[in-house]
Amino acid sequence: MSRRFRGADMTTANNKSVLVDLTRCIGCRGCQIACKEWNERSVKKTRMYGNFTNPPELNSECYTHIRYVEQENNGVPVWSFVKDQCLHCKNPACASACPVGALKKTPEGPVTYNFSRCIGCRYCMMACPFYIPKYEWEKAVPWVRKCTFCADRIKAGLVPACVKVCPANTMLYGQYDEVLKEANKRITDSPGKYVNHIYGKDEAGGTSWLYVSGVPFEALGFNMNVPAAELPKLTWAYISEIPAVIGVVLAAGAISWAITRRNKNMGKEE
Amino acid sequence: MESQHEIKMWTPTTIILLLIMASGAAILIYRLMAGLGAVTNLNDRFPWGIWIGLDVLGGVAMAAGGFLIAGAVYILNMKKYKPIVRAAILNAFFGYLLAATAITLDGGLPWRIWHPIVMWQIHSVMWVVAIHVVLYTSTLATESSPMFFEKLKMEKAAKFIHKIIVPVVLFGVLLSILHQSSLGAVFLIVPGKLSSFWYSTKIPVFFLASAVMMGLSMVSFETILSVRAFKHTPDMGILSGLARGTLIAIFIYFMMKLWLLAKGPGLSAPFNGTMEANMYLLEMSIGVIIPLLLLLIKSMRENINSIFLVNILVISGVLLNRVNVSIFGVYRQASARGDSYFPSWMEIVVTLAFISIAIFGFKVAAKYLRVFPETEKMIR
Repeated sequence: MSRRFRGADMTTANNKSVLVDLTRCIGCRGCQIACKEWNERSVKKTRMYGNFTNPPELNSECYTHIRYVEQENNGVPVWSFVKDQCLHCKNPACASACPVGALKKTPEGPVTYNFSRCIGCRYCMMACPFYIPKYEWEKAVPWVRKCTFCADRIKAGLVPACVKVCPANTMLYGQYDEVLKEANKRITDSPGKYVNHIYGKDEAGGTSWLYVSGVPFEALGFNMNVPAAELPKLTWAYISEIPAVIGVVLAAGAISWAITRRNKNMGKEE
Repeated sequence: MESQHEIKMWTPTTIILLLIMASGAAILIYRLMAGLGAVTNLNDRFPWGIWIGLDVLGGVAMAAGGFLIAGAVYILNMKKYKPIVRAAILNAFFGYLLAATAITLDGGLPWRIWHPIVMWQIHSVMWVVAIHVVLYTSTLATESSPMFFEKLKMEKAAKFIHKIIVPVVLFGVLLSILHQSSLGAVFLIVPGKLSSFWYSTKIPVFFLASAVMMGLSMVSFETILSVRAFKHTPDMGILSGLARGTLIAIFIYFMMKLWLLAKGPGLSAPFNGTMEANMYLLEMSIGVIIPLLLLLIKSMRENINSIFLVNILVISGVLLNRVNVSIFGVYRQASARGDSYFPSWMEIVVTLAFISIAIFGFKVAAKYLRVFPETEKMIR
């Protein structure tokens, strides 16, 4: 891979990360409101559809929401609450896909979007394994929208809005290595409480946001189809071959032209 | 030039084509004012629809005939195909102009389409695609310019292009190989989303191989159409030659597809009854297996009607492949939370408008430019 594109160095002191401990979330949706306020998002009209998740999916006006997952355990209904937002991959597929560098992984952790570069091709939306980037379909001058990891707050030394407001201490914000260590510690300290999987540790080559849970992730609607590899490596495998293809095609073309031309000239003499 | 005046401009077909074009233009103006959501059924889970799947991916594959015939005539010196080289190049040029227009208007911010030219991102396949569109469209413009120079009586300019045609064509062959394959490479980054019927780390090679089939069939298809329009006697040497080329390309592609099937979902997977399996079966039957069986019979390769049928099958099959990769292949994952996509009537009309422009444009060119200079000579 080209040097500028090996993904972020997650070990630096200022590389921030968040651990979401789903066993702690009480489903109050304070994070959802704080996010909307800080990022100056409006609302979209929704309808009752038999589930408390509102809006039912993230959209261009909603960067994070709480999903209400209702299950049954021995005949007793059990709620689980899942916080959805961009996972801020270590080596993001969206940023590698962007043809104009509108999406970037910053050294502090957030994957940020620069509208002034965007052409609206939506390859980021196609490339994202988590279906996170959303589009302003209804606008004549549309933006791609997604969680910013409050990059502006982090730069100013503040905590992300959703982390700041959470009353249940669901989210742990800090340096990536330390956050990952804490995630491992929680699982080993109380193995009965957690499933043995840190979602985001390996998914898509690793993400800045990590999850631990008491309920298996597949039962909570997490995308389990995400490869463990860094996705940009798949496209780079093709792009890095291009110089060789150029050489082979030009050489083969020139040689065949020379041969057929000689044959043609010989034909004339005969 | 007399013979070409046989082409009547104002036929009922032309008027219908113009009406479709006008509707498409109106929809695109509305799209610029009201946004993509107002005219398309695209949504956050289905960011790409038929404008990408058919107009861009399909359109570029249909234009592959340009580099194949130009390469055969100017680099491999296969003189037999000289009578159709101008038509093939002109068609590719139209195809690329239309694909470039489609991708520009499908973009959310069309007035920024030039950004990739100055904002280099060498790790983005989409950037690679964008640069190839720009370079190859310019190359095709150069390759087809002698036709326009002749019309404008600029003999010197036409002669100059003729002098540099070999390196220009070689550059075009190179760009086409890279561009056709890079459109497949766009999908390398979605291993978890694209069904294993189509996903492969070799998908760029699959796109290139199927573009070769499509390109040869397309050239043959257009040759037969113009033979009928001009009421010429068909040159069966050219048509059978193209059919043989198509046969070889289909055979290679079929072997590659079998290898992928065995390595991926398994040889029995196409019969498992899922939506993906059915779409795969349909694509393989009409685009690969039936044409292969037909072309294996020698008499079929020498009969203009059966060649025409095979051309239609191959063109439809490869178009379906592009739609399968970009829409049906990713459908299961994208619809996991209940979302769906079916093109709106406006998306369909715009797609029809692009096809109409291609047909109308070629008709105008055939009437006013010397697209078939060799055939003219034969008639004289």
